[in-house]
Amino acid sequence: MIAARGVEKRFGRKRALRPTDLAVDRGAFAVVTGANGSGKTTLLRLVAGLLAPTGGELEVAVDRGALGFVGHEPLVYRDLSGLENLDLYGRLYRVPERRERAGMLLERFDLWDARNDRAATYSRGMLQRLALCRALLHEPELLLLDEPFNALDTDGAQLLDRQLAELAGVSTVLLATHDPERVEPLATARLALT
Amino acid sequence: MTYVGDVLALARKDLRLELRARDTLPAMLLFVVSTLVVFHFALPAGADDVAAQGLLWLALVFTALLGLARAWAPERESAALDGLVLAPCDRSAIWLGKAVATFVFLSAIAVVALPAFALFFAPVGWETVAGVVLANVGICAVGTLLAAMAAASRTRELVLPLLFLPLAIPLVVGGVGASVSAEPARFLAFLGLYDALFAILCWASFEYVVTE
Repeated sequence: MIAARGVEKRFGRKRALRPTDLAVDRGAFAVVTGANGSGKTTLLRLVAGLLAPTGGELEVAVDRGALGFVGHEPLVYRDLSGLENLDLYGRLYRVPERRERAGMLLERFDLWDARNDRAATYSRGMLQRLALCRALLHEPELLLLDEPFNALDTDGAQLLDRQLAELAGVSTVLLATHDPERVEPLATARLALT
Repeated sequence: MTYVGDVLALARKDLRLELRARDTLPAMLLFVVSTLVVFHFALPAGADDVAAQGLLWLALVFTALLGLARAWAPERESAALDGLVLAPCDRSAIWLGKAVATFVFLSAIAVVALPAFALFFAPVGWETVAGVVLANVGICAVGTLLAAMAAASRTRELVLPLLFLPLAIPLVVGGVGASVSAEPARFLAFLGLYDALFAILCWASFEYVVTE
């Protein structure tokens, strides 16, 4: 599903990602590790199409609408409620019965009681849960997760563990993390960036 | 219909955000009225109405600039623009939705500014109203694209006026011409042509602005 040959990224003179090879098959659960500044976030943004590579080749065999992305920012509107954010994204992603799907995810990620509150009032952990709801809303074929456990409390992290276990083998997952042990039982492919 | 639905959903989102946060419109309204009051005292006694028409267009363009500077602020927070760019909708719908919402804001400004101008300076004719409507379309088309380009820059407050004001000159020429000329139809047609040309250019180029 993802094939990268010598893909690299520079911002001016600064190299954000060294030439990297990557092959992720459909249904794989790939874990990307590496020190700060090694290019994990850059690699995921390249795969998402949010950045263009400055060298090498990158093929991602999935439509934009079948891709879910969780980055360092939640990608939601702070003055919309959690439900309104999901409703907007559900509309743009053509999710059938989007209200029901949004409600189910909000319940699963324990945000139902806060569904009508503005996202600006959410804690960092709640925003991360909302970001996960947004990324899962359209049942993506390819899920890109950049440090998804960041800011989650114990309950939130366990919820995500269960969600990832459900997704493993069903969706293709590319997950960047500083804590590879946490997802080691699910991993089918590993990439260490230097 | 899906494209139109996306545009309307995105425009509705911007209007809802403004109704909640009230970040931009009240400031624009206050600015345009304040500017007209300052111009009222700055214009020498006995100055003719033709000069005053030029001041109206200055006030409208600088008020629009104030609004455009904040047009993409909700998308900058929490990187929501990335979320929109990742969505499978046509990316030009993002620009068009923002332009429609900005047009609503500028129309609200005109509803206040034109009576205020009539109060302080001179009556407003249909030619001026038509000129303002057409100029607002052009301002929204060009301004929202340039504001998106500027939003990616650290010096966005400096970049936007530098990009926008040169492209607003034809709008001022057309607007003032429509207001004071004996043949306003020529200037209104000029504004319509500007709107059509730049709307197509901005619609086609927005995708390249929001992707690397």
